[in-house]
Amino acid sequence: MTMLHTVNKSPFERRTLDSCFSHAEPGSAVLMIEDAVYGGIKGTAVADKVKAAMDHFKIYVLGPDVRARGLDESQVIDGINVVDYAGFVDLVADHAKVQAWL
Amino acid sequence: MAEPWEEEEQGPVRKFMYVNRRAPYGTIYALESLEVVLIAAAFEQDVSLAFLDDGVFQLKKGQDTSAIGVKNFSPTYRALEGYDVEKLYVEKESLAARGLTADDLVVPVQVVDQKELGALMAEQDVLLSF
Repeated sequence: MTMLHTVNKSPFERRTLDSCFSHAEPGSAVLMIEDAVYGGIKGTAVADKVKAAMDHFKIYVLGPDVRARGLDESQVIDGINVVDYAGFVDLVADHAKVQAWL
Repeated sequence: MAEPWEEEEQGPVRKFMYVNRRAPYGTIYALESLEVVLIAAAFEQDVSLAFLDDGVFQLKKGQDTSAIGVKNFSPTYRALEGYDVEKLYVEKESLAARGLTADDLVVPVQVVDQKELGALMAEQDVLLSF
């Protein structure tokens, strides 16, 4: 079973997402939550980097955190899956381990 | 006898700028800044707010926090005008890096570039950072 990585920091302010992408094994799942959801949005300065990472990882964003920030699913990069809290739980259950990149 | 805070004489008006560089909700900085701005509005100083870096996300339209269990404080930015807080500066480069324009924001703002914002910061008496 592959690992689930969670990231909760804005990619504009911190290097957490980069660190996650650099260390996670190919095939891992990466779930962006809290301020990290900005990394899943189209048309930003980090969007190309996230799109490139999709070649190696399955990427998810937490919908409630997207909507809290005035964004909606239509603004999420194509190919990133939007999950709710139940989906978060499923991801945890479906992966052997979880690493939280704080 | 008048209490010290009731003295009629108004001290010198000074220029205060609140510098907002954090996204809302992920940390408490944005809400704390707004609280301080509202409290300090009673002191009738020359107040301005700057939004740069992730701080520009504080003003994003359409915030809906119902699913994350915290208060959506973004409508409060629209009330600032009523407290004579009318100078809102948003940094152009920060908006662009985040795929945003002034049309995405909940209030009318002055969009300024980095150099202009730097000059505005330099002319303040007091800078409060959040």
